[in-house]
Amino acid sequence: MALFVLRRLMLTGLMLFGLVLITFVVSNVAPSDPAALAAGPDATRDMVETIRKEYGLDRPLPEQFVHYVGGLLTGDLGRSIVTTRSVMEDLGRYFPATLELVLLSMTFGVLVGVPLGMLSAVLKNRAPDHATRFVAVSLVALPAFWFGILLQLLFSVQLEWLPTSGRLDIATPPPPFVTGMLLVDSVLAGQWATFADALRHAVLPALVLSFPCLASILRVNRAEMIEVMAADYVTAARAHGISRLRVVCVLALRNAMLPTLAIIGLRWGWMLGSTVLVETVFDWPGIGLYAVSSAIAGDFKPVMGVTLLIGVNFMIINLIVDLLYGVLDPRLRATS
Amino acid sequence: MSALLEISGYRLAFDGFEGRAHVLDGIDLTVAEGETVGIVGETGCGKSVLARSVARLVDMPPGCVPGGGIRFAGQDVFAMDQRGLARLRGHGVAMIFQDPMTYLNPVFSIGSQMVDVIRAHDRAEGKPKRARAAARDAAAELLDAVRLPDPGRLLDRYPHELSGGMRQRVLIAMALTGTPRLLVADEPTTALDVTIQAQVLRLIAELVAARRLTLMLISHDLGVIGALCRRVVVMYAGTIVEDGAADVLFAAPRHPYTRGLLAAVPDLARPAHRARPIPGHIPNLLQPPPGCRFHPRCELAVGRCVAEKPPLRQVDGRLVACHRAEEAAA
Amino acid sequence: MSLALRRASFAERHAASLRQLRFFAWSFGRSPSSMLGLAIVLGFLLVAAFGPWIAPYPLDAEGAMNLGNRLKPPAAAHWFGTDEMGNDLFSRVVLATRTSLWVGLTIVGMATVIGVPLGIAAGYFGGVARAVIMRVTDVFLSVPGIVLALAIVAALGPGILNGIIALSIVWWPGYVRLVEAKALALRNEPFVEAARAVGASNLRILAVHILPNCTSPIIVKASMDMGLAILAAASLGFIGLGAKPPAPEWGAMISVARTYMPNWWWYAVFPGLAIYLTVLGFNLFGDGLRDILDPKSNRG
Repeated sequence: MALFVLRRLMLTGLMLFGLVLITFVVSNVAPSDPAALAAGPDATRDMVETIRKEYGLDRPLPEQFVHYVGGLLTGDLGRSIVTTRSVMEDLGRYFPATLELVLLSMTFGVLVGVPLGMLSAVLKNRAPDHATRFVAVSLVALPAFWFGILLQLLFSVQLEWLPTSGRLDIATPPPPFVTGMLLVDSVLAGQWATFADALRHAVLPALVLSFPCLASILRVNRAEMIEVMAADYVTAARAHGISRLRVVCVLALRNAMLPTLAIIGLRWGWMLGSTVLVETVFDWPGIGLYAVSSAIAGDFKPVMGVTLLIGVNFMIINLIVDLLYGVLDPRLRATS
Repeated sequence: MSALLEISGYRLAFDGFEGRAHVLDGIDLTVAEGETVGIVGETGCGKSVLARSVARLVDMPPGCVPGGGIRFAGQDVFAMDQRGLARLRGHGVAMIFQDPMTYLNPVFSIGSQMVDVIRAHDRAEGKPKRARAAARDAAAELLDAVRLPDPGRLLDRYPHELSGGMRQRVLIAMALTGTPRLLVADEPTTALDVTIQAQVLRLIAELVAARRLTLMLISHDLGVIGALCRRVVVMYAGTIVEDGAADVLFAAPRHPYTRGLLAAVPDLARPAHRARPIPGHIPNLLQPPPGCRFHPRCELAVGRCVAEKPPLRQVDGRLVACHRAEEAAA
Repeated sequence: MSLALRRASFAERHAASLRQLRFFAWSFGRSPSSMLGLAIVLGFLLVAAFGPWIAPYPLDAEGAMNLGNRLKPPAAAHWFGTDEMGNDLFSRVVLATRTSLWVGLTIVGMATVIGVPLGIAAGYFGGVARAVIMRVTDVFLSVPGIVLALAIVAALGPGILNGIIALSIVWWPGYVRLVEAKALALRNEPFVEAARAVGASNLRILAVHILPNCTSPIIVKASMDMGLAILAAASLGFIGLGAKPPAPEWGAMISVARTYMPNWWWYAVFPGLAIYLTVLGFNLFGDGLRDILDPKSNRG
């Protein structure tokens, strides 16, 4: 088991290096001149050259890469031109908001997707199954940015039930900073009114963000359940007189949960990626919005920082999923 | 002796892309309490779906029953509600299956699977559910009854850690939890090594005798049937062709198919006496042959065999479904 | 003497394949959602093909200005209403169909051309080639496509062509992963070993045995990806890094329309509906294909 963990860790390190290389290459194939960009539109040629020297942009690429990696190791992701803060500091500021949204969406996706997938599998090829599958495909096909706008129209403008955008009303006092996640911090501080307001703000973006993930979980769970329900050991369990409810909800679900777990790991990264769109629509101050506004301004460093952060996140989650897999599947436990 | 299982005119079909496959065509079979019945036939003759039908384990759809029915202890199996089915399965009819690997859930320990079954039976019988610890003790006792060593430790192990023979014993132990009246064994030894086969067969024979079980043993192996069963039912393409006491049937088969089946068994004692395979193939069940389903492969077939389905009738101390059963004696 | 033998008819020679095809058609037709997907995809292709004849005001797609007609709600003359330039939204949505189709085809085409050979090489040859290809693939797959595409477009500069390039770069690893697994499984199949044993060249084995057996999952993935690639390109357009107005593109239209919400709701609603229906059509179609061609894989 220890060997398995060690190997996975080394592989993750290798992947991390690859990712760093990709972001470096991407930011250096750019036709635009980062020094000129940093100096601003009114800068003279001399000023641009000074900046070029200062940032080491006049050095050969391999040397720049070594410098870049060295910076990364000390947590230096460069400086954002737009916010003028270091990218690391910005990520620390914006990531909790994104994490809050993603956690909320993932929870919703699992809580709705798993039971719907089971229902669909049990009623295979009957009307509710067709309906559920249609909904699942629909949820993947819905453009998040467009559906977000429609939900805003309905719930915020027409019905006035929920706020349009942001994380809190201007009038609501934010809780003291602990985790940066308002829902958590407000509970810790006992500010229930703030909690309610934060939740009201989070409902629509979390909902939109969860849809593709919910659809995936539903489909995988359905497919797995169908396969497991046809397995010999389920026939045997039925032959031994175990009730259908228990067969479906306990025995088969446990088997079907393993692939579902893998999907949750895969979708975690996807979801972080979709925040780029959802946060833009709902003006949610997380890393997605940060990446988009920086990209539009031609400011690479923050975009690369976000890319790295999401990549690292994805690798960590998949590492956890792999380890959990080992715990949940006795066959793997024995071999590893 | 009273009839425990009554199958009368039972028909079963499956709907698929190419139409309806008539898998069972009018099965008549009555099994009395305490009988040991072997059902033998080629792969695809319908013996396994017949076994599953007894515990209503055939999925419908795609399956459907165009006619006939099954009664267990006087009750119509197809009219049972969920409660009735829960009582029937395990408590009335218990099953053991062919491949013991795939019939055990890989992600649960042996103990947790057995405890589940034991508690399910408590519920079906309307008794208060035993606590997990008590159910575990009962499970250990059952494992001991099927002669598995060190039952206490075994309960914590997972199916993949056991050998094929041990897994089959576990499955047999699970089948016994509900103190069933009828044990249906579907090819219980086919997937096992020959040496293990004999042990498992002996175990089944002992359990059947000790617990006064009625046995319905499905196999394509005449040797297995002969070792365990007093009565043999021969099936061909979804019909019963011959049904009678094992010694009578093996000594003097009356149906041409039974004769072919016996002749196809290699005899180790007489190597010179070559096994003769039955010519032809089992028929396509989408469009089964009219009349007697065996007629395209039968050397005795006459016009009547094509025109008219032979009924099971009493000939020479057994039931035979053949128009020319009298001639077949020769 | 006339020959008793005659050449078998086409139907006879290909009886097995025809039977297989009929089976596919039968299974596909049995699923209402698959048929709906097929209908939507066909409709989308027709609109793309005959766009200029369907659109009532084809010139509006290039950004004509009819300022007297600004932001009119849907009516008989303008089914989907008009935008801030007074252009007919119906015409623009219809003509944008062709853009989206090309974008989708190009991205999926590029991804297949890059990904399939790499996947086959990795799966069939194994060894160092496999290790290198798969590790690179894993790195690309560790960042969601939209984020990496965003980074690439940010570096290359906005525009629909750069968007296509960026999305193609992030799209191929999925095909490597898919084909590699399949090729790896096929490599040890008895018929491949038999071919190797009789001295068939690697190239011949790849062409005759490996590739044809990989086509089903590739077709299924490609048809699903058509929809997803169109969605991704529209997303870039929405962010403002893809197609630029006044070129007709659904995502970019919604991006502009957002500033006219909520009073001029139709501006955003109809382009979005077009994206949704197109992606839905390809997904339902691909889903149906998967059920008949590749029923065992059902990974979300």
